[in-house]
Amino acid sequence: MALTTEPTWHARGAPRRGTRTLRVAASAALAAAAALAALLVPLLLPLDQQAVDLTAKLLPPSADHLFGTDELGRDVLLRSVYGLRVSLTVGIAAALAASLLGLAVGCLAGALGGRTDRLVMRAVDVFTAVPHLLMGIFIVAMFRPGIWPVVASVGLTHWVSTARIVRAEVLSLRGRPFVEAAISGGASRRRVVTRHLLPAVLPQAGLAAVLMVPHAIWHESALSFLGLGIPAHQASLGTMINGARGSLATGDWWPTLFPGLFIVLPTLAIAGLAGVWRERINPRRRSELVL
Amino acid sequence: MLELSRITAGYDRRAPVIRDVSLTVADGEAVGLLGPSGCGKSTLARVAALLHRPEAGTVRLAGETVRGYRFRAPRALRTSVGVVFQQPRLAADPRLTLRELIVEPAAATGRSRELAGRAAELAEATGLGASLLRRRPHEVSDGQLQRACVARALLLSPTLLVCDEMTAMLDASTTAALVAVVEEYRRQHDAALLAVGHDRVLLRRWCDRVTEFPTAEG
Repeated sequence: MALTTEPTWHARGAPRRGTRTLRVAASAALAAAAALAALLVPLLLPLDQQAVDLTAKLLPPSADHLFGTDELGRDVLLRSVYGLRVSLTVGIAAALAASLLGLAVGCLAGALGGRTDRLVMRAVDVFTAVPHLLMGIFIVAMFRPGIWPVVASVGLTHWVSTARIVRAEVLSLRGRPFVEAAISGGASRRRVVTRHLLPAVLPQAGLAAVLMVPHAIWHESALSFLGLGIPAHQASLGTMINGARGSLATGDWWPTLFPGLFIVLPTLAIAGLAGVWRERINPRRRSELVL
Repeated sequence: MLELSRITAGYDRRAPVIRDVSLTVADGEAVGLLGPSGCGKSTLARVAALLHRPEAGTVRLAGETVRGYRFRAPRALRTSVGVVFQQPRLAADPRLTLRELIVEPAAATGRSRELAGRAAELAEATGLGASLLRRRPHEVSDGQLQRACVARALLLSPTLLVCDEMTAMLDASTTAALVAVVEEYRRQHDAALLAVGHDRVLLRRWCDRVTEFPTAEG
């Protein structure tokens, strides 16, 4: 009898696999839509960042302005798309910078080990003790407002987790006999790292980098909301929400809601895709949302 | 000539695994090292292969006193000892195909072109066909993987071969085939052998001299 019944894991796995497919499809569609909009719309519809039209201020959503207009009569939809472009640029560039830095520090500590490892990791601990946003604000404040200071601010504060992951992974690998076999075969330290250790940690580091993108986007929005990131006249999701805060009190919900959705939905989509990837790399750990 | 004299080594300074052990392997000689599990045979093998720094004692290899271990050992000295580990699964980088695995020492020492023919010879000698060489470690059996590991250890023509429980995971026919490969290599290159294991019958038949562990030889 037992031979003819379906294995139980199959029956149990089926419904979960269904929701996962739906999640992948929805996340992929949303992420693709966001990327396409951010890439193509600015080519088709130019935006004069300085233009205002006070006769058309705070118009509710209509056929002319799908998302309405803000307190200076600017189209919320077009500015949101431009803001999304800034957010994605900062998110990807900062996540890339943070991950490369983390990879370098983690590899250095893990591969050299011993005293270097202890020294580097204590420095990392000290670094972790300072709140990210505080240090981010400090870095941004040193430069003129713009995209690149924000990238630097997020990149220089978020490499720590990647460094920890990479270091732990490298430490566990470098004691394996295959590393000893490589040493015995005449490999230099650099070759062991580049040929055997780095390729082994790249999937983990790549996943950490993708998970970092939504986080970086939120960080950029927070900095812009505080008026520290992107210059005030330039469309960015954080500056838009900050500028429209006053209109919220008078019941005009659209200038804050739509930029807010533009932050939340793409980041959820990216985090959802990364979560599925993580389940594939490490099925034992249930994926949870990390922002 | 490998001379290990009064070696004390381990992984915790307060509790060394081996104390004051001496062992000599003459040029071209095959020495078997017998001992129960956990007695420190593998640690001694790792010291002999310059992969583990002993806390006390001296290692002399080809008349030279060894001063550095692992990366600090001069490359020529390091590669003059070939090592075969007990578990091929752990001794093979899972990302490399068997062909890449075998030629890795040549690539690491910048002699890929020069040793390409030698690698092909060794693959043939160890009985690895073209289709096996294209596979990755998870796609082959322990025995097939160990064949590749033996080929890798022999690629740089070491003058001493350290086999740490090389055949513990293998069936009788693979064991016989690999021992034959090693013996053929030793006959051609007049290389020495340090075979570590717990199979008394095998080591008695394989080696010129079998010594029990721990020894107070020397």
